[in-house]
Amino acid sequence: MFIAAMIGILVTMALALCRALLGPTVYDRILSVNMFGTKTVLFIAVLEFLTGRPDFLDLALIYVLINFIGTLAVLKFVRYNDLGAEPEE
Amino acid sequence: MRYIFFCIFSFTLWMLWSGQYALHHPLVLAMGVLSCGFVVYLVSRLDIVDEEGIQIHLARHLFLYIPWLLWAIIKANIDVAKRILSPKLPIAPRIVRVRGTQKTDLCRVIFANSITLTPGTVSLDLDGEDIVVHALTEEAADDVQSGDMDRRATAMER
Amino acid sequence: MIIIDILSWICLILGSILCIIGGLGLLRLPDFYSRLHGGGITDSLGAGLILIGLMFQSGLTMVTVKLAMILIVLFITSPTSTHALGKAALISGLKPVVTDEHID
Repeated sequence: MFIAAMIGILVTMALALCRALLGPTVYDRILSVNMFGTKTVLFIAVLEFLTGRPDFLDLALIYVLINFIGTLAVLKFVRYNDLGAEPEE
Repeated sequence: MRYIFFCIFSFTLWMLWSGQYALHHPLVLAMGVLSCGFVVYLVSRLDIVDEEGIQIHLARHLFLYIPWLLWAIIKANIDVAKRILSPKLPIAPRIVRVRGTQKTDLCRVIFANSITLTPGTVSLDLDGEDIVVHALTEEAADDVQSGDMDRRATAMER
Repeated sequence: MIIIDILSWICLILGSILCIIGGLGLLRLPDFYSRLHGGGITDSLGAGLILIGLMFQSGLTMVTVKLAMILIVLFITSPTSTHALGKAALISGLKPVVTDEHID
């Protein structure tokens, strides 16, 4: 049953990758990569039950946070071309 | 005072996640205390602990708000999933403005995040009191403009 | 015990199906702002159902607490990053496609 959930998540990841390759604008690609990251978190969580190693959940938790910060960092870089820029008021 | 609260909170979180090893190894415990202190130092340098602090009375309202929000999310999910699966793709995207009557920042954040969390509506921009919302369908736009969610989010301030 | 198993299987399967629907939406919907909604499906109910299904499997242990933390963090961060994406696209001047044919 975990295998079925895993296949579902993998199919979704493939669809997100298709959109990341096709995407006309850069924001489509960032959206797809963000979604890909969320699916990676679910994938790790399911993998933990499939292999029976509870340590994987810590990795999933860290991945949520890194995914969020990474998306914001890429967005800021696209907007300002500089990660240390002060936001304009 | 706020920083002491924050320190206790982060250390509790750290104990929750890695507590079972730390109780037998003093070195790990010391590392946890050190990392908590470092995080509090970084946060005080960034100066991002806000003035509002933790509002205890909010928890009471969240008990009522979260089940209602979950039910709204489930309904909207089924609706959007049906529209994606139907071959004609019956969507009518539009931009609407919604009035947010919340006073505190926290409740505004809860309101805007609830709009985004419900599929079919995404909050794009904050413009004074208004929130610019992109809605996928006419029904979703009507739903968010009826002000039901806004009333429930405002009710949490008291 | 068998009831909990069946409940968790239902949650896992429904969550996977919703994830695939969201991925299909990401491919099918016409413009960027509509695609945000496709991503929203997989982030809210798809991820939530899969994590709740896993919680049913693990019972009342530390694993459940960690899964619940993942769920809470995901529910706070995913709308925030969606909003940031939409706002960045709006500021950069990407015009949303608006159909007014359904308005009388």
